[in-house]
Amino acid sequence: MNTFIAIAYIVSAVFFIYGLKMLSKASTAAKGNMVSAVGMGIAVVATLLIQGLEFQWILVGVVIGSVIGAIAAVRVPMTSMPEFVALFNGSGGLASLLVGWSEYHTNFGGYDASAESTLVPLISIFLAILIGGVTFTGSMIAYAKLAERMNSRAIVFSGQQFVNAAILAALLGLGIVFCLWPDSQLAYGAFLAAVVISLGFGVLSTIPIGGADMPVVISLLNSYSGLAACAAGFILGNTVLIVSGSLVGASGIILTQIMCKAMNRSLGNVLFSGFGAASAGGGDEEEGDVKSLSAEDAYFVLEAASSVVFVPGYGMAVAQAQHAVRELGKLLEENGAEVKYAVHPVAGRMPGHMNVLLAEANVPYEQLVEMDDINPIIETVDVCIVIGANDVVNPAARENEKSPIYGMPVINVDLARSAFVLKRSMASGFAGIQNPLFYKENTRMIFGDAKATITALVDQFKGKN
Amino acid sequence: MNSIMLLLFFTFVLAIFLGVELIAKVPSQLHTPLMSGSNAISGITIVGALIAAGQTEHGAVATGLGVVAVVCATINVVGGYLVTHRMLGMFKSKSKVESPK
Repeated sequence: MNTFIAIAYIVSAVFFIYGLKMLSKASTAAKGNMVSAVGMGIAVVATLLIQGLEFQWILVGVVIGSVIGAIAAVRVPMTSMPEFVALFNGSGGLASLLVGWSEYHTNFGGYDASAESTLVPLISIFLAILIGGVTFTGSMIAYAKLAERMNSRAIVFSGQQFVNAAILAALLGLGIVFCLWPDSQLAYGAFLAAVVISLGFGVLSTIPIGGADMPVVISLLNSYSGLAACAAGFILGNTVLIVSGSLVGASGIILTQIMCKAMNRSLGNVLFSGFGAASAGGGDEEEGDVKSLSAEDAYFVLEAASSVVFVPGYGMAVAQAQHAVRELGKLLEENGAEVKYAVHPVAGRMPGHMNVLLAEANVPYEQLVEMDDINPIIETVDVCIVIGANDVVNPAARENEKSPIYGMPVINVDLARSAFVLKRSMASGFAGIQNPLFYKENTRMIFGDAKATITALVDQFKGKN
Repeated sequence: MNSIMLLLFFTFVLAIFLGVELIAKVPSQLHTPLMSGSNAISGITIVGALIAAGQTEHGAVATGLGVVAVVCATINVVGGYLVTHRMLGMFKSKSKVESPK
């Protein structure tokens, strides 16, 4: 029977690997997710075949968890996706913490500290509660920031680095006590203290990160939740946990890297600098006139345009403008223009956020283009319509060496024949940086709610027909 | 370290490399589904939770912790897969958008 279970775990790992591989191509992604879900099903069934398990409590837990998970998954609107991914991620982290705790409680009193073989499970338990705890509270803070239940700006206080260093030192000390005398009351106390400190550390390490850097944090927390599962795997000596945990850990790290690269910043800078906490970062005040445009005048320009590129940002999600944008795009196409949607890798609040919203509004994925594909041809574009994006289209990243975002790759909308910027007001973007795009010769500002503006343009087009 | 632990560690290192290879070339439009899909996979910790909740002979505390772990891990698994499924259902190619069903 045990061999059978072990083989089932291998099969399930193969399903996860295939699932992830298929998830990385648009045409096979939906199937890939199902393949991976089947893998999960196999792992669960195989586990239930382990001798001596009693099912009544398992059933209670599974039913409660399924109901909560399913209701949340079905009801969440697409615009709230980032915060829900954070929530799900956090609950996975908490689960790993609890598995470690339960395992320690079970074996408490039965450890033989002198035996070499107990050391690895002990270290794994400690790592599971540590990573799991940080994942849990870190994800909860990310959730609160994304759902705007707390101020999404970076929160920095003096001595933050010192506090973090002290926490790490304390965790190391507690870990040593825990591993050396695992059966003592002292160790249990150290263990509980470590749980509390890990939870606190998750909070402290996430609050200094501003909303615009959330794509990085979510990817990183995703990676942690995988590593926490991995640690749980080492506790139980369970291969399927180790393999799938590391797959998730690796994918999270890669996404984190991609996000950091898209902002031209190091991971350390994102995590510790409190970017966006300062109100006005760097550079001189911009000089020049802002030229605004009414929706009617914009219509005449758009009607004559033969190529139009939409550049969405977080503001599109806030205004819930994705459906209106899609409708305008369709009308423009019927009018003979070539329409594309250019998405910056860190636009929005999680990796790929804009793509999901546009997909929800039925934009075919062939029309979605990446930054590196649009920039070389941007000079041939008649009109770029920037909807609620700011820092990702800021030419200061290219031109102004003093700008805090200098060197970050941006979509060069200022090089297009003309750029319309839909914006509520002249307030600066999330990073609090001036945007010289607004003052460029070929830029026109269309002030007002993005959805209202787009809808007005749609009406103009419809009125014509 | 005994040889079993070394083997597990070896598995871990290989799986990290495999993960890096698998994910390295994902187009950015799939980043969100990839993240929520891999997030669902991290719910694999449910395996550990099931074992903890099922071994009732170790007392109420250990079982209780296990049951809460099962709840959390199940939320992660069920929620993660369903949300990913919903999201991917919206990604349509041009041919599908223009002739719905």
